[in-house]
Amino acid sequence: MYTTDLRTAEEKAAAEKAGLKLAENPESIAELEEIFQARIDADEYIEPKDWMPDGYRKTLTRQISQHAHSEIIGMFPEGNWVTRAPTLMRKLILIAKIQDEAGHGLYLYSAAETLGTSRAEMVDQLLSGKAKFSTIFNYPTMNWADIGTVGWLVDGAAITNQIPLCRCSYGPYARAMVRVCKEESFHQRQGYEALLAMAKGTDAQRKMIQDAFDRMFWPSLMMFGPPDSDSMHLSQNTIWKIKRFSNDELRQRFVDATIPQAQHLGITIPEGIVFNEETGHWDFPDLDWDEFWAVVKGDGVCSSNRMDARRKAVDDGAWVREAATAYAEKQAQKSSAA
Amino acid sequence: MNIYRDESNPLFQYVVGLGDDALILGHRWSEWLSKGPNLELDIAASNLALDLIGQANLLLEYAAEVEGAGRSADDLAYLRDTQDFRCHWLCEQPNEDWGVTIARMLMFSTYQYLRYSALMQSTDRQLAEIAAKALKEVTYHRRFAAEWTVRLAQGTDEGHRRVQNGFNILWRFVPELFETSGGERTLANDGIAVASDSLEADWRETMDEVMTKAGVSAPETSGRVMASRHNGHHSEHLGHLLCEMQFLQRAYPKASGATW
Ligand SMILES: [Fe+2]
Ligand SMILES: [Fe+2]
Repeated sequence: MYTTDLRTAEEKAAAEKAGLKLAENPESIAELEEIFQARIDADEYIEPKDWMPDGYRKTLTRQISQHAHSEIIGMFPEGNWVTRAPTLMRKLILIAKIQDEAGHGLYLYSAAETLGTSRAEMVDQLLSGKAKFSTIFNYPTMNWADIGTVGWLVDGAAITNQIPLCRCSYGPYARAMVRVCKEESFHQRQGYEALLAMAKGTDAQRKMIQDAFDRMFWPSLMMFGPPDSDSMHLSQNTIWKIKRFSNDELRQRFVDATIPQAQHLGITIPEGIVFNEETGHWDFPDLDWDEFWAVVKGDGVCSSNRMDARRKAVDDGAWVREAATAYAEKQAQKSSAA
Repeated sequence: MNIYRDESNPLFQYVVGLGDDALILGHRWSEWLSKGPNLELDIAASNLALDLIGQANLLLEYAAEVEGAGRSADDLAYLRDTQDFRCHWLCEQPNEDWGVTIARMLMFSTYQYLRYSALMQSTDRQLAEIAAKALKEVTYHRRFAAEWTVRLAQGTDEGHRRVQNGFNILWRFVPELFETSGGERTLANDGIAVASDSLEADWRETMDEVMTKAGVSAPETSGRVMASRHNGHHSEHLGHLLCEMQFLQRAYPKASGATW
């Protein structure tokens, strides 16, 4: 999902500049880089203790921690409906799904920690607003169909993005993705199934489905990141096998899978989305990238709510964490004294 | 007159009571989702919510079957008003903070543990089976709550203050736990239900053990049951909880064709 490169053009340029300065000892580094690249070309996994270029470590730390933050922030739009889920079964499913997302956050933080940044540091970056998370979670969940739609489209887009990452060159990330993807496919199914149930209900319910789709479809396409024409880092990430398909390829794959599913739900497909007999793909209009960048910069409808909610949870829980730490220390002292 | 008291089907009332306790306490735990003190505790809160709402589902399904009036577990959960709920006042109380939530969980999971343990011997096979499954879960809940009570209260002064505050707020709901209705007494005599008053001594002993270890105390209370769940009487909190929980089923009635 959640693996979009959300840096603005200025941030990317600054990172590029910093990267160039690093090559101080060209011969030995060049040699190490050659060995490193040969391993990647041979489809070997890179493990935490292996030598890796600084840029590789930084890119992955950014990507994995951003992915982890997205899992955690993604709990809010769904948590918004957990106390209003319409049946006992839907309530159980939604709680289990949100619980999985917290679990994904945990494994991803652990995977990122293997690259040398602590979870506490990454969480600080999120809370200070320095680290970003997927733009999709800045949109509100207004009605119950939004919850089905989040599962279907948001988890669906996440899977499309993440399946190739199960073969990413960094071992801990690839393994985390295998586990995450299994759960994400349950998330997508339960979402679609919740919508199918509503589609069999009343006109008011079908209207909610249409509304949820109209609002969430375009932002879900933005989860794949800016168009290929804008992305300057594509080639390096491809060479490192962090990214195996381009943003536009993955986006097209998702649209092709989603439109027939939307038709099956009885959704009216927006104008401009047409099947292209020649290419065998669904054509769709350009996305509103100004909106995307505005959301990245924190202007999403719920951007500040999400951050406030996260900070409030962290602040409210501070005394609990402090008491637990103090208790553990007292126990450790007791056992070493004994 | 207690116009909402209904003793026409004591087994139905009894099982609904068990189900409502699990449902309302589970709902309270679900309110913690995405707000937990850390990720691990967020996951723990979801587990508790899942276990309890899962128990509620089984119990309310069974209650619906006992009633035989064509209602489902969802009808019972989503289409009754406060006066027909039979949960204890303790379960309805708001989460407040992690200290109050943990104190409530220690008090109630200890109670559920004793109640389900005894219900495993019920001559009602279905009830005994549900109790056996639930007991495994509640055994863990009780351990979790006991560990956190001690950890918080023995960790820092602030932790101690918050947990003690939880017991201070909640202790007045203790007498209700052991109130035994006539219907329950009859069922207990037949070996079907557990008379609530039979659990009191063990409950007090277990609570005392944990609270002593934690260094917290039970406040003085009058020991009077101020109002009874068996009459359909509840704190103000339950109405608000139901407004939220039942919103969709109320706004889009299944009678008009809505399906979820
Ligand atoms: Fe996830
Ligand atoms: Fe998911």
